[in-house]
Amino acid sequence: MTVAAPIAEAKPNRYWRFAKRNPTIVLGASLLLIAAFLAVIAPLISADPRAMQPIKRLQPPSQEFWFGTDHLGRDVFSRTMHGAQISLMVGFFVSLGAVGIGLLIGLVAGYYRALDSFVMRIMDGMMAIPGILLAIALVSLNKASIAIVIIAIVIPEIPRVVRLVRSVVLITREQPFIEAAVSGGSQSLKIIRRHILPSTIAPLIVQSTYIAASAILIEAALSFLGVGVPPEIPTWGNMIASSRVYLSRAPWTIFFPGMFLGLVILAVNLLGDGLRDRLDPRLARRM
Amino acid sequence: MIGYILRRLLSMIPVMTVVAITVFLMLHLAPGDPAAMMAGDNATSDTIDAIRRKLGLDEPLWKQFGIWVWHLLQGDLGQSLFWTQSVASLIGQRAEPTISLALTTITFAVIIAVTMGVAAAANAGSYIDRFVMGFAVLGFSLPVFVVGYLLIFLFAIELKWLPVQGYTPIAEGFVPWARNLVLPSVALGMAYVALIARITRASMLDVLAEDYVRTARAKGVAPIKELLKHALKNAAVPIATVIGIGVALLIGGVVITETVFNIPGIGRLVVDAIQRRDYPIIQGVIILFSAIYVLVNLAVDLSYTLFDPRIRY
Repeated sequence: MTVAAPIAEAKPNRYWRFAKRNPTIVLGASLLLIAAFLAVIAPLISADPRAMQPIKRLQPPSQEFWFGTDHLGRDVFSRTMHGAQISLMVGFFVSLGAVGIGLLIGLVAGYYRALDSFVMRIMDGMMAIPGILLAIALVSLNKASIAIVIIAIVIPEIPRVVRLVRSVVLITREQPFIEAAVSGGSQSLKIIRRHILPSTIAPLIVQSTYIAASAILIEAALSFLGVGVPPEIPTWGNMIASSRVYLSRAPWTIFFPGMFLGLVILAVNLLGDGLRDRLDPRLARRM
Repeated sequence: MIGYILRRLLSMIPVMTVVAITVFLMLHLAPGDPAAMMAGDNATSDTIDAIRRKLGLDEPLWKQFGIWVWHLLQGDLGQSLFWTQSVASLIGQRAEPTISLALTTITFAVIIAVTMGVAAAANAGSYIDRFVMGFAVLGFSLPVFVVGYLLIFLFAIELKWLPVQGYTPIAEGFVPWARNLVLPSVALGMAYVALIARITRASMLDVLAEDYVRTARAKGVAPIKELLKHALKNAAVPIATVIGIGVALLIGGVVITETVFNIPGIGRLVVDAIQRRDYPIIQGVIILFSAIYVLVNLAVDLSYTLFDPRIRY
């Protein structure tokens, strides 16, 4: 017991120091955790987001409806909370998918020189297509569903990851320890896995947060344009799209989902900036 | 210089080939029969056959691609399925609002962003700096349509200073044209300003730490001249690069901004085309916007020689 006491005392101090040195990481992560928590408990704390009460349509925020009601008399608070589920899910799976696929292609392109210029020309071409237009086209060709939306956002994000991974691989593979591993007779696959892969992790963590932020933004934009998640599912983009003609009569139907959308993207971006400063000190001072 | 321009124009060929293949395959590899999809849910098999023949979808894939690219090279983007016009002429009719919106946004965004970035770097660590950095993160996080509706609510509905929506051609007078463009340009430019201001600040901080800037200051160059002539000019290359890359943001944003503000431009054309499944329009606009993006970035590369005479092509 006497040993445990000083450790217990040191702990809050250490967290506090971390928070003081990395305010953006802590702020971003906290906001994100709150959003995730609200998304998870949404069904417990709010009414059915699809329940319509036409008599109570377009009511301003009140005790009964914290964020008011929309043009079909649906509870804006409940819909906003449920919307967090879709946004966070899309952000998470898009960055997982884009980083996974991009990492694979980037490692191959960076390590095997023969494939490099061919792969990179394809990536250059894909980067020339405005991401949101490519996503719009991909979704509109298929039946709208959350899975299709995720795939459609992943594809335009891949080239950026490939470029990042490739540049890290190109720098790493010139290092003396790679030469040593090659002359030591290690197989290519083992060299990639043991010696090159680790150096891609830090930049990829940073990149994946930025991808998540842009994915949440694009999903909302797609839903807003009517080519995203099916309209019966409450998402922030869908809510704003269906309420936009009521802007002057019922601004709360747009402001609350818009505010949450902005806050969540801000949280992810802050987290990304903080992580970049922490993981890449060379950039910390400047950006 | 001429040789470099030619080489760069040649390097557009592989990039645009990939764009063309992607756009072409997107339609043809999508699950289901493209003709049936274009015809819609209530189409008879005769209609579907007619569309298939009209678009040459009964030909082998490579031949379809060849024909399509051959037409593209002649400026023929195909025929709209909904309108009785060619895609190229539809785009032509809708070009003015989009060009107006894009040019006003770029002009003001670059001026404001560079000013903000320079002011932040010159006063690093001050409240100005913190404000600019805060704005940079915020501007990058707020979606165009959220900012757009906020602006409409505040300045058009509540204060009634500016029109809510719509577009007035410049031929009908400069003032109404400009009044209609203020809010959409601000909404569209937000992320672009954030991006450029951030890079300007970073690039300026690097240059301000150089010895020659210290020398200039030591020999008594006026502070404003030191900032603009000695520092900004040398910081210009990364700024120009990000102005070019950021055009992708603008192109995506145009589609959304035109929907929010009900501007009858190319962005609206695409959104309407999606709802009508008018694929030739979608394909044509993607090709056009990609080509513009590539050309803008070529122009940016060439502009480096203006800022830095050491760069020669």
